[in-house]
Amino acid sequence: MKHEIIIAGFGGQGVLSMGKILAYAGLLDGLEVTWMPSYGPEQRGGTANVTVILSDSAISSPVLDTFDIAVILNQQSLDKFESHVKPGGLLIYDPYGIHRKPERSDINCVPINATEASVEMGNAKAYNMILLGALLRLCPMVSPDTVITGLKKTLPERHHHLIPMNRQAIDRGAEIAGI
Amino acid sequence: MEEDVKLMKGNEALAHAAVRYGADGYFGYPITPQSEVLETLEELMPWETTGMTVLQAESEVAAINMVYGGASCGRAVMTSSSSPGVSLKMEGISYIAAGELPALIVNVMRGGPGLGTIQPSQADYFQATKGGGHGDYHLIVLAPNSVQEMADFVGLGFDLAFKYRTPAMILADGVVGQMMEKVVLPPVRPRRTQDEIIEQCPWAVTGKRGRAHRNVSTTLELQPNAMEKNNIRLRQTYDLIEANETRSEEFMTEDAEYLIVAFGCTSRICRKAIEDARAQGIKVGLLRPITLWPFPKEAVCRLSKQVKGILVAELNNGQMIEDVRLSLSVGSSVPVCHFGRTGGIVPNPQEVIDSLLSNFPQSK
Amino acid sequence: MTREDIIKDENKVYSRPRLLLDATMHYCPGCSHGVVHKLVAEVLEELGMEDTAIGVAPVGCAVFAYNYIDIDWIEAAHGRAPAVATAVSRLQPDNVVFTYQGDGDLAAIGTAETIHACTRGENIMIIFINNGIYGMTGGQMAPTTLEGMKTSTTPYGRRADINGFPVKISDIVAMLDGTCYVTRQAVHTPAAVRSARKAIRQALINTREKRGTSFVEIVSTCSSGWKLSPVKANKWMEENMFAKYPLGDIKNTEVKK
Repeated sequence: MKHEIIIAGFGGQGVLSMGKILAYAGLLDGLEVTWMPSYGPEQRGGTANVTVILSDSAISSPVLDTFDIAVILNQQSLDKFESHVKPGGLLIYDPYGIHRKPERSDINCVPINATEASVEMGNAKAYNMILLGALLRLCPMVSPDTVITGLKKTLPERHHHLIPMNRQAIDRGAEIAGI
Repeated sequence: MEEDVKLMKGNEALAHAAVRYGADGYFGYPITPQSEVLETLEELMPWETTGMTVLQAESEVAAINMVYGGASCGRAVMTSSSSPGVSLKMEGISYIAAGELPALIVNVMRGGPGLGTIQPSQADYFQATKGGGHGDYHLIVLAPNSVQEMADFVGLGFDLAFKYRTPAMILADGVVGQMMEKVVLPPVRPRRTQDEIIEQCPWAVTGKRGRAHRNVSTTLELQPNAMEKNNIRLRQTYDLIEANETRSEEFMTEDAEYLIVAFGCTSRICRKAIEDARAQGIKVGLLRPITLWPFPKEAVCRLSKQVKGILVAELNNGQMIEDVRLSLSVGSSVPVCHFGRTGGIVPNPQEVIDSLLSNFPQSK
Repeated sequence: MTREDIIKDENKVYSRPRLLLDATMHYCPGCSHGVVHKLVAEVLEELGMEDTAIGVAPVGCAVFAYNYIDIDWIEAAHGRAPAVATAVSRLQPDNVVFTYQGDGDLAAIGTAETIHACTRGENIMIIFINNGIYGMTGGQMAPTTLEGMKTSTTPYGRRADINGFPVKISDIVAMLDGTCYVTRQAVHTPAAVRSARKAIRQALINTREKRGTSFVEIVSTCSSGWKLSPVKANKWMEENMFAKYPLGDIKNTEVKK
C-alpha cells in the first residue's frame, strides 16, 4: 500500500498542518511516512504545498513528480498540479475561487466546498479538517479516529478543547464527500 | 508501536539529538532553511535540564568563533547554518582544524552562489570536501539522506571529531532539513563532567587547576620547521581517517550494468528512479557516499569495473563527479556522465531516468 | 661593595610577578604592553586566579601574550576574542575569562563581537590597548588613529573627509546595558600604573563575581609606529591622545540581568 499525495493552496489555508496531521496519523498506524513542504516566503501568503507519502514499505524519494491524490485549494495549484495526477487518481478541490474547473476525464475529480462548510460551521479554522475528512472518506488510508488520537498526542494540553470541533469538521467533510 | 517513534523535520531531529548526545554548547545564527535547529533548541531549554548552553550569536562569524572557544575547552560544541552562512564560518573552521580541535558544523545547503535561493542544493560539495577555508586541512563530511540520519549523525560526528581531534561537518540539504519523517531519537547520554574532560582531553584549556604546565590553544606557528611538523601531523590524521572512516551504501548493485552515484536527498530520488527503471528492465544500481570526505574511492573503483556507464547525480553543475572520476583505475574507459539541477530545483525521479536513458541509450 | 653583597633577599624591594614568565618579550622598547602584561600577571596572582583564569589573546602585537603569562590561553582569530571568551565563560562558569586586544582587533575588524559581548553583559574582562596604530603589521592607520596623525596608510595625516573620524569605543560600550565597568587608563607614569592596576583588579573581581562586562581601555604608546623615542612618545600621548581619549572611569554601575 502506498499513497502519494500533494496538498496545495495558499499559505495560511492550513496546507502544511493538514499534511502533518495526515502524516502523523500514518505514523500511528505503523506506516512509513514522509512530509516534504515547499518552504520559505510562500508561508507568508503565497502558494504553499506539501508532499505527503504514506506507505507500508520504506519510502525512497520524498520528492515526486506524479501523485495518486491531489488536494487543491486554489486556481494556481490546480493549474500546476492537475496534470501531475496519475491516471485513475483522485483530485479533490475546493470550488470556491476556482474559475476553471479540472478538465481531466481519466481521474476522479471531486469538488468539496470546504470554504462554504467552514463558514456554515462558523469556524474558518475547521477548513483544512473538513478537507481531510473528505479525503479520508474518499480514500480511507487512515481512520478519522487515528487522526483524533494524533491530535490528542501532538496538541498542547491548552488546545485540547479544540479537538471536538476538529472531529466535527472531519465528520462534516466525510458527509459532503459521501453525498 | 514503539513510543519513541517521532514525526519530525530533519532540523528538529538534529536539535533533539544534540541535547540527547550530551552536547555542551550550540552557537548559531538564523538562516533559512535551517533556523529550526536554533528554534528547537531554544524551545527545549536544555540549559534547564542537561546544562547545555544555547546562544544566538550576532553573526555566523561570531558563532563559529564561539565554537572555537568551546572546543578549546574540550567541550562538545556545534554550530549550524546554511550555505552563505557557512562561507562566513570558513575562517573559523580553518582555525578549528589547525588547532586540532573537535567540533561539529552543520550545513543545510541552499542554492548559490551569492545570496542565491533558499531552496535545496548540493552546491557546497567542493567547499565542504576540498577545504573551504584557507590552509591544508580536511573536514570529516557526513551526508545524511533521512531525518533519522540527521539525528544519528550528530553523535557520529561528535564521536569522530573527538576520536581524531578534527572538526566534522554534517552536509545536509534543504530537503533533508525541512522534510518530516519517522525518527527514533538516539539514547540520552549525560554531558561529560569537568573531571572527565580533563582526563579525556589533557590538552583542554580549563584553567590550570593545579596543572604544572599551562595549556594554550593556538594556531600560530611562525617557525617554518615547526609549522611543517604541524602540517605533517594533520596529514597523518587524515590518512588514518581515510583508512578507517570511509562509509558508503549500495542499492541494487549486485547485477547492475549501470551505476548512479548520488548523496544526500538526491540519493533518495535516485533510489526511487532505480526502482522505476528496474521495473522497465534497466539494470541500474546506486552507490551512495555517506562520507563525502573521505570519499569512497574503492567502492567507486570496484563498481566501475562491473558497469557500462556511471551517472553522477547531484544538485550542482558537477562537483562530486570529479571525485568519481579520480576514483577510477588508470586507463578505465567507463563513461562518467553528470545529471544536475541547480538554483534550488529538486528533480523528480523521472528526470533521473530520462538522463540515464539519454546518456546511455543502450541501457534500455 | 660587590653586586653580590647588594643582591640579597633582605634588600629586595621588588620582584617579577610569579605568573609573569621568564621569557624575553618581543615588544619594542617603550611599548606599553609589557607594563600591562605585568599588571595583569600581578593582579591575577594577588587574587589567586592562577588556576582559574583563561586569557584570550588577539591578533596584533599581543598575539603572543600567551608566551608571557603563566595561565591557560586561547589564541583567537583577528577580532573574535570576545566571541571566543563568550563561549568559554558560558561553558566554564568556574573560570575567570578575559580578552586582551588592541585597537585594530577590538575596534575595527572585531567591533561587532565587542559590542555584542558587551550588550549580552558577558561575565568577562576586556583589556583594550589603544595606541592609535596597527603596530604588528608596521604602523598602518587604526580606527583610533587621531586626525592629522601620520601612519603608513595615512602618510599625509589622517583626514576626516577621506578616512573618517577616530572612534571612542569605550564611550560606545559604556552606553550598553551589559557593561558594569568602563574605564580609560594609561601606564606612562608610576601614578598612572597604580591607577591602571586598581582598574584591572576591579575588573577581574567584577568578572569573578559575574557582574557583567568590565572594559578597561589603556591609552598606550607605540614608539616604533609613531616613530618617536619612548620619552617623546609618552609626551606626545599626554598632549594629543589624552585630549581625544581622556583618562578616568566612564561607567561603574550594577548590571541588572
